[in-house]
Amino acid sequence: MSPSDDRRSADLTALYQDLILDHYRRPRNRGSLEHADATVTKKNPLCGDVITLQLELDGDTVRDVKFAGEGCAISQASASMMTQLLKGRSAQDIGHVAATFTRMIEGDSTAAADASLGELRALSGVARLPQRQQCALLAWSALTQALVSHG
Amino acid sequence: MTSLAPRTDFPLLAGDPDLVYLDSAATSQKPLAVLDAMREFQSRDYANPHRGAYDLSVRATRRYHDARLCVARFFGMADPDALIFTRGTTESLNLVATAWGRSNLQTDDEIVVTSAEHHANFVPWQQVALATGARFRIAEPGTDGLVNVDALRALVTRRTKVVAFHHVSNVLGDTLPVRDIADLAHAVGAIAVCDGAQAAPHLPVRFDELGVDFYAASGHKMCGPMGIGVLLGRRPLLEAMPPYMMGGDMIEFVYDDTSSWNTLPHKFEAGTPNVTGAVGLAAAADYLDALGMPAVRAHERSLARTAHERLAAIDGVTVHGPGPADRSGVVSFTVDGIHPHDLATILDARHVCIRAGHHCAQPLMRRLGVAATARASFYIYNDDADVDALVAGVHAARELFGHVTV
Repeated sequence: MSPSDDRRSADLTALYQDLILDHYRRPRNRGSLEHADATVTKKNPLCGDVITLQLELDGDTVRDVKFAGEGCAISQASASMMTQLLKGRSAQDIGHVAATFTRMIEGDSTAAADASLGELRALSGVARLPQRQQCALLAWSALTQALVSHG
Repeated sequence: MTSLAPRTDFPLLAGDPDLVYLDSAATSQKPLAVLDAMREFQSRDYANPHRGAYDLSVRATRRYHDARLCVARFFGMADPDALIFTRGTTESLNLVATAWGRSNLQTDDEIVVTSAEHHANFVPWQQVALATGARFRIAEPGTDGLVNVDALRALVTRRTKVVAFHHVSNVLGDTLPVRDIADLAHAVGAIAVCDGAQAAPHLPVRFDELGVDFYAASGHKMCGPMGIGVLLGRRPLLEAMPPYMMGGDMIEFVYDDTSSWNTLPHKFEAGTPNVTGAVGLAAAADYLDALGMPAVRAHERSLARTAHERLAAIDGVTVHGPGPADRSGVVSFTVDGIHPHDLATILDARHVCIRAGHHCAQPLMRRLGVAATARASFYIYNDDADVDALVAGVHAARELFGHVTV
């Protein structure tokens, strides 16, 4: 293998690390809410990935969140980790995290170093895979739409 | 098994020795002969054809005409004027669904398609049904997921006006009995429309012997350039149909309140034609003819058979579609616990290009009960080492994902 092959292989090992695969296999906050204040379904027509995100809100604060759907490890891990960050936080606060996450996926290294992203930083390698960025952003686009539609 | 066509014939493959290109069902790589033919036309004979006041335009017109004769010969067509150059299979099928469909279909007529059609042979018929009040009927697959000709036969009745189907499936790689289905349609007075996008590059297609009324194919999947394809039709039907697009070249006389149409094939080729594309497609047809389409077929089937058998032997791998002996060069598969997109990314890091997704056949994917599959497809420049790379990549993906089933 050439040095560039070694790098590509190391990139992938870093991306498909245990943390991501753990969220893929045991997604957190998976399911549905009985009394959702906002429900948004998003599909990626290119690959057939689909996510339904539900929020229970207290004013503009997220009280509970669940997601359902199916997709690749990147889309599922992104959704699962995202839901862990939402409870008890305001729409404005969440908007900041969403913007930082989007910047990280689009290749901004400052964003990738931002501690506010927590475990989500494990997805920073997606920035080097342009064809997979939509996978990582699918849940976030549902989230933004849910908050906007409710607000 | 070595490749049928030398890799050195294909500048992109020659320039990237590590590349394992297994997405020819999406588009094929181009031999130098095709690139040279297009360049040579543009460098020597390029002008707007059919405007013939000067010699250069006459030469361009002749090159376009010669390309049509060559491609018609490749497709076993005695009447080259019934070969319409289009942008590709999608435009060809839209042309038939719109121009023939809107002037021939009415309420209570029925259109029959299979559930395994590519969106290009599904949506145009669904929409023309909505526009005309015709019924859109879908032949369900058998328990093996493949087209069930008996189920198709059961739907074809006196009300049927169109039977639209594929020659080779882009998802499962099975080949339909085109002649039998055409006979089925004709027995009730319906027309038979065949999507040949996945057949024309891979097996001998003799239009005059297939019995269908319309046959569509794309140049870019058969070593030609993107943006050129064909609609092969039967002359009486084409002559009776209204034009699809209006403009230059397709008219005879234009009056203030009416117009009359040019003869075939020009009636269906409005505007300046893609002469460079047609020249490239003709060069591609010559290239494939020199290899011999029966040899192309045999080569791909052999590679696909090996890939099928070796993939199916891996724990957790499901290969979709017909048995190893009955498939064309397409192998669709899924790996337990690894989404096809993740698999494609891992293979990509190893320079192996495969397709992952719904393959523009969402109705079929729903019936197969999968959101997406991985698809490897083989062509004349692939060899056994490419199969090795695919199989090794799937093993590597399973290792990365820890062999654990979700």
